[in-house]
Amino acid sequence: MFRWAATGSGVLLLLVLAAVAVFLVVKGWAAFTASDATLQTEGNLPAGVGNLAEYIGPLIFGTLVAAALALAMATPVAVGIALFVSHYAPRRIAGAVGFVIDLLAAIPSVVFGLWGAQLLAPRIAPLWQWVADVLSAIPGVTVTATATGRSMATTALVLAIMILPIITAVSREVFKQTPRLHEEAALALGATRWEVIRTAVLPFGRSGVISAAMLGLGRALGETMAVLMVLSTSTGAGISFQIFDSGVLQTIAANIAAKFPDSSGLAVNTLIATGLALFVITMAVNMVARWIVSRRHDFSGAN
Amino acid sequence: MAQRIDAKDLNIYYGDFLAVAGVTMSIEPRSVTALIGPSGCGKSTFLRSINRMHEVIPGARVEGTVAMDGVDLYGPDVDPVAVRRQIGMVFQRPNPFPTMSIAENVLAGVRLNNKRLPKADAEDLVEQALTAANLWKEVKDRLHRPGSGLSGGQQQRLCIARAIAVRPQVLLMDEPCSALDPISTLAIEDLISELKASYTIVIVTHNMQQAARVSDRTGFFNLEATGKPGRLIEIDDTATIFSSPHEKQTEDYISGRFG
Repeated sequence: MFRWAATGSGVLLLLVLAAVAVFLVVKGWAAFTASDATLQTEGNLPAGVGNLAEYIGPLIFGTLVAAALALAMATPVAVGIALFVSHYAPRRIAGAVGFVIDLLAAIPSVVFGLWGAQLLAPRIAPLWQWVADVLSAIPGVTVTATATGRSMATTALVLAIMILPIITAVSREVFKQTPRLHEEAALALGATRWEVIRTAVLPFGRSGVISAAMLGLGRALGETMAVLMVLSTSTGAGISFQIFDSGVLQTIAANIAAKFPDSSGLAVNTLIATGLALFVITMAVNMVARWIVSRRHDFSGAN
Repeated sequence: MAQRIDAKDLNIYYGDFLAVAGVTMSIEPRSVTALIGPSGCGKSTFLRSINRMHEVIPGARVEGTVAMDGVDLYGPDVDPVAVRRQIGMVFQRPNPFPTMSIAENVLAGVRLNNKRLPKADAEDLVEQALTAANLWKEVKDRLHRPGSGLSGGQQQRLCIARAIAVRPQVLLMDEPCSALDPISTLAIEDLISELKASYTIVIVTHNMQQAARVSDRTGFFNLEATGKPGRLIEIDDTATIFSSPHEKQTEDYISGRFG
């Protein structure tokens, strides 16, 4: 009985995944097969975009930039907090910090979006301006920054805060499971607390931290509301590294949410095609993560 | 290398609980001292207090002194990390770092002490330490494979190699053979007999035959009842302890009448 229930759940999961994939392919097919001219007129492509690849490419780029920046900002902080909670803080403070982090996870993304757009963006704009000015001092480099602060950098920062709880929580649990044996081995060799973490805790938790980061990355890739609200949506998307400027980068999810209400016919198919691209990216990211985790399996703590 | 250890009127507490009381003992350099006694008698706690490893448990503290060559290890400006670099330890269960290769495991302690170790020196040190731990012949062709792939006895010898690679003064062993089969145990015991030429060795063991085989001096710990502190009942030459101990308790324990 239980065996059937378990097998059934597994099969159901595959069916749901397959159903989503089939939906994306079938609905997106019209956009893939339509001629460039039809797409231009009926598919609601922005001016200056000739074909589907030119449309999806920059969106993929924007999505990856947002997620990568968010991950780069969130992971070190999350690992730091997780180490503090699991190895440095007295038990009472550790509990309080853990509680606050979990609270952060309970904030809806639309609230993060409001906060990011209304409060954070105008206040952080001078900082981005300063960074842009400093970078522009390098010969041959020109970095522009928007005065509103509603740039990819701000978006990524908001995303980083949003994915912080999940990365912290998973890392913390992994670090806590470091075998006492290995920590004592390091201590007995004359390791300081930091050296114990470097020789015993971090190597043991490495694959766990990667998994945690991938969970965070998955959320950052798919996050819609916060991105939509922080980035000003009226302007188009391009491939550009001007992360401090506005209207140059856009993510797939936010683009779908922004355009979907006004779309019909082939325009919807076009948006679904971008959704398929997001689906593929997310799958690829997860596979790469699994590959990274399994690559040094011999050296993991499992054997 | 190899220095003497003198404990004087040592009381070890965990919070308010007095775990070990009034231990006074001298441990001679270049000899093996075995600590025996029933479970919970404080022999492991005492062993761990020698390199301040018991301090990892919150609330642990000591009264009295433990001195290495006359220097109090619990002096106000003594760093426990520095103590542990002088006094190595081998644990009950073999614990090589699972993410490191055999060679990296041997070098783990050395790398903590100085970061820049020329490659040739590192290779020499790996060979030296593994040879000293009677492991070199078995692993020399797979130094870059994970240490966790070795057998239990080999892993324990790897841990001994790791401990002696930092050239400590004293080597503490906390029931190093309790997780091993008889053949691996014999290999470790032979190794202990070789290592005592260069190190001061203290070994805690539940196995009285082992104490009789490997040690020069034996200390017997006992406790009056559960919840009471453990005490050192007597310490003497191993031959004396096992043939004509002074205390009735010791005789009862080694003749198997209790414990």
